[in-house]
Formats: sequence, C-alpha cells, structure tokens
Amino acid sequence: MWSKRVKFGLAALLMTGALAGCGQTDNNNSSSAGSNEGGAKKEETYSGTISLAGSTALQPLAEEAANAFMEKYPDVSITVQGGGSGTGVNQVAAGAVQIGNSDVPAAEKLDDKSKASELIDHKVAGIAFAIVVNDDVKIDNLTTEQIQGIFSGKIKNWKEVGGSDEAIHVINRPASSGTRATFEKTVMKDVKINDAIGTVQDSNGAVEQAISSTPGAVSYVAMSYLIGEKKNLKTVKINGAEPTVENIRTEKYPFWSYEYMITKGEAKDEVRAFIDFVKSEEFASTVKQMGYIPMTELE
Amino acid sequence: MQPTYAKRRHRRLEEWMGRTFAGICGWLIVLITVTMIVFLAAKGIQSFTDSGLSLSDMLLSAHWDPNGTPPKYGALIFIVGSMLVSLGALLVSAPLALALAIFMNFIAPKWLVSLLKPVLELLVGIPSVVYGWLGVTLLVPLVREWFGGSGFSLLAGIIVLGMMILPTITSIAADALANVPKAYMEASYGLGSTRWQAISRVIVPAAKTGIATGVVLGLARAFGEALAVQMVIGNTMRLPSGLDSPTATLTSILTMDMANTINGTPWNNALWTLAFLLLLISFFFIAVIRLVGQRKER
Repeated sequence: MWSKRVKFGLAALLMTGALAGCGQTDNNNSSSAGSNEGGAKKEETYSGTISLAGSTALQPLAEEAANAFMEKYPDVSITVQGGGSGTGVNQVAAGAVQIGNSDVPAAEKLDDKSKASELIDHKVAGIAFAIVVNDDVKIDNLTTEQIQGIFSGKIKNWKEVGGSDEAIHVINRPASSGTRATFEKTVMKDVKINDAIGTVQDSNGAVEQAISSTPGAVSYVAMSYLIGEKKNLKTVKINGAEPTVENIRTEKYPFWSYEYMITKGEAKDEVRAFIDFVKSEEFASTVKQMGYIPMTELE
Repeated sequence: MQPTYAKRRHRRLEEWMGRTFAGICGWLIVLITVTMIVFLAAKGIQSFTDSGLSLSDMLLSAHWDPNGTPPKYGALIFIVGSMLVSLGALLVSAPLALALAIFMNFIAPKWLVSLLKPVLELLVGIPSVVYGWLGVTLLVPLVREWFGGSGFSLLAGIIVLGMMILPTITSIAADALANVPKAYMEASYGLGSTRWQAISRVIVPAAKTGIATGVVLGLARAFGEALAVQMVIGNTMRLPSGLDSPTATLTSILTMDMANTINGTPWNNALWTLAFLLLLISFFFIAVIRLVGQRKER
C-alpha cells in the first residue's frame, strides 16, 4: 500500500521536474530569440545572466530593479534569491553568484581578511529602520537613552518613559540579523541588548505580526516593510525625529544604513551596468516608492 | 513448449536490468545517507578542530553570545529547550493518542472509524508552517490571557508540537492494537472480564511494544520539528523558568542564524555542531525504536 503510494509520488515528482525543466528551456529560447531584434536597435546593449543572492531586506528592491533592467535590456536575464546577508557574502565569495546582497559591508561579516579584500562593496541604496510599538502604547517619541534602557532590560514598564502602566514586551531579531546589527551600531551603541528578556522573531514579517498582536510590544523593522496601512502598529520618533530622508541627511535620525551589492573583484559589463542602474536617477523614484532611500538623495 | 533461445536471452537480460537498477537505487540511498552523515560530522567537528571551542563548554554552558567579546557558544539552553518541548509534547499527546487508538479499535462505530482515519491522515499532511501560524494567531493570545507575559512560551510550543505528533502516535498505536489476535479479547471475555478490563489488562499490554514504537517515533519527530516550534516558542536566550516562559530550541537557533553567518567562522561552525548533535539525537531515537522492535520479535 505504502510503497505504491511512494512510487506514485516519486513518479509524479520526476514528471514535474522534467516538465519544469522543459518549460525553462522554452522560456530561455523564446526570450533570447525575441530580444536579439530589440537589442540591435539600442546603441549600448548588454547580454548574459546575472544572479544575485542574499539580504532579504534588499531583495524586494533587487527584484524590482531586475525586472526594470530586463525590460530595458531584454538580452540580460537576472535571477534574485534571498537567503540572508550571510548567504549573499558566502555565495559571492565562492563565485556562485555575481552579486551578493548584504545589509553590512563584506568585511564585517568575514573574519578572513584576505578573502574580504577580494570583495568590493557597492552602496546601492539607503534603508531607514523604525522603532515600532503596538498601538496600545501611548507614546510617540523615545530618546536614544530610553531605547537603550528598554532593550537592555533596565526599563520594564511603559510608565517609566511617560506612557501608561503597562509591561514592555521587547521583540528582537536573531543575533545574526543585519537589521539587528544596524540597530546595535546606530542606536544601542555601547549598550548590550539583553537576550534573556522578551522574544526573538526571525524576519521583518514575523516581527510585524508579533508587534501587532502583542500588547506593550516594541521592536524595530525596516521602513520598506511599513509601506501602506498597518493595523495595530505604529512607529515611534527617535529623539523627536521621524524617519524621513531629510532627517537622515541632516543626521537627526540615526537609525538607518546602506544596502550593499557585493562583487568579487571589480564589477564588469552587465553587472556593472545593473549596479549603476539601481543607483541611477532613472530608478530613483521606484526606490523611493518601495520605502528605500535612493543613492541620488544621499550623496 | 521450450521458449526459443532469443526469448530466453531476452528474459535473462530483463532480469539482469531489473536487478541492476534496483541495486543501483539501493546503493545510491546508502551512499547519500553516508555522505550526509560524513559531511555533517566533518562540518560538526570543525568547531573543535578549527575554531578551538571546547565541547564541554558547548554542551554544559548556557551562555550563547556569538557577537560578544569574547564570543560564547554554550548551547545548553537549546538542548534543554528541545528536550523540554519534545517531552512535554509527548506527555500531552501520548495518553490522548492511546485513548484515541483504543476508541477507534474497540469502541467507535464503524462509520466513525471510517471518518477518523482520513482525518488523522490529513492531520499528518498539514504543513508545519500552518500549525505554527495557527499557534501564533490562536494559541499565543490564549496563553497570554491565561498566564500573562507575551504568550510566546514553552507551553505554546508543547501544545503545537503535541497536536503535530498526535496523529503519528495514534496511527501506529491503532495498528498495534488491531494486530492483537481476536482470541485474546474473546478469552478475556470468557474469563468474565468487562470490556474495560479486557482492554486495559490484556489488549494494551499485548500491544505495548507497538505502542512504544509509536511514542518514540513521535518523540523523534518532535525533536526535529523546526518551523512550528520556532514560531511560537519565543526564541529567547534563557533557560525556561516555567511553562509560561519563552525559550529556544536547537532547531530554532539553526533556522534563525544559519543563513546569516559566513562559512568557516566559529559561529557558523558552532551551528554545524548543533546540527550534528540533532542528527546524533535522532540516531539515538532510531536505535531505541530498533531495540523495541527486536524485543517484539522474540
């Protein structure tokens, strides 16, 4: 009985694999055939395949950029994968992808300095993060010291920072998260996060869900995840400043970082063109729409 | 009539092909398994050979702080967390599963049994992320109302896992009970026992090795489950102080940090060691199942 089912399942799996394989080749053929004509009209043209992997914070932007770039240069095919900043650095260092996406410069992730020197960081966008709380918390501003107190476990009740009498529930990201690294570097500074309090959620989405369902909860998420209407959740100003481009440029708002596309050696040809495209004036409005900060506004 | 030479040759070729194909498949599976074990072991011992961590620190210290100066890789919290949540799930689900198995075999009417069986199979098939999601949206708020705190807790993990392993244990226990010869039941009735006496004193003891296999299998599944538990247990770096307290497990630390650490760093190596540890623990459970099975044969 069982073995029959298993066999059937295996057969089905193989079939789908084979069919999917067929589909892939067909697509490639048709796209390259169609694009040859289109590419000939343009003065400057690129071809080839680019693969990216890494940071999930940068992934939505990278995917959007890939679509726009492929529309412009139909000969180029780009695949974007997630996996986390560590995966990005690993894969590009191993030569498995041309671009590794990361929330932090490669040197900060790699212990081996000789390996790090081969890798080149390209800043492609800025990303702002926000302190978010459940909307039952009656507070709309926190100072850096107050945030440090909350996440180090010294401040345990919202009344200590001017709110109502309600226990604070801290939600952190895992120690290896890029978002958390930025939070530690720009907001916590020398104060250590106390991991024995609160809980840990492993993605921006999970944090968002936990914040909106847990009374008294506080955490930090990327602004790109706060686009659109959010239920039961609100952002809090830091030292009176909102997470706007203006405040970041004037150094009033500390909680932001660059997003990096990392290449092994200097980027060439289509890879170079793609990275330039992400940073370009042309793509800047999309970058902004998606909740990131275009490089054109940071430099 | 004698088959012709060509026909005989064709048959022999067919037989040879079949045997070779089956053989290759068999050896391939063995090869894949061995390669995986060797790979995990080789990666797992790098913590000690390359990064110079100490085994006793890793197993006995509850101080996990890979970003600290100096970094600490004590994994006791995760080992204890995994054990507590799995054993807790077993405590919740084994008695229920046994009761359900008895009910299905001896008490329930036929139509109900034919409804229960597919329901159990369906429960096995539900992806763990769905269990986790239900846990987060329904169970965690409930625990928060009962006990206060955040609701992300050991208890939530135990209940979600208990639900997940219930069908596994139930099906195996039900099969074990069904395999007890009818004569046992009849003999027991003949001696004047009630139905409950027959079940509790004759049938269940006769099926106990089968039931034990189900329990160990459930435990093994509970130990390896990652996603659902990670979603509800809170993943806090501390030993739980009670059922309502959040903690972390081996699988949850692996899923959270694996993708964000770099190959060859002590942190990454330490995670490989934890993965290897998980493999050793499941080996242990499989060995237990084997031992139980052997006793049954005797």
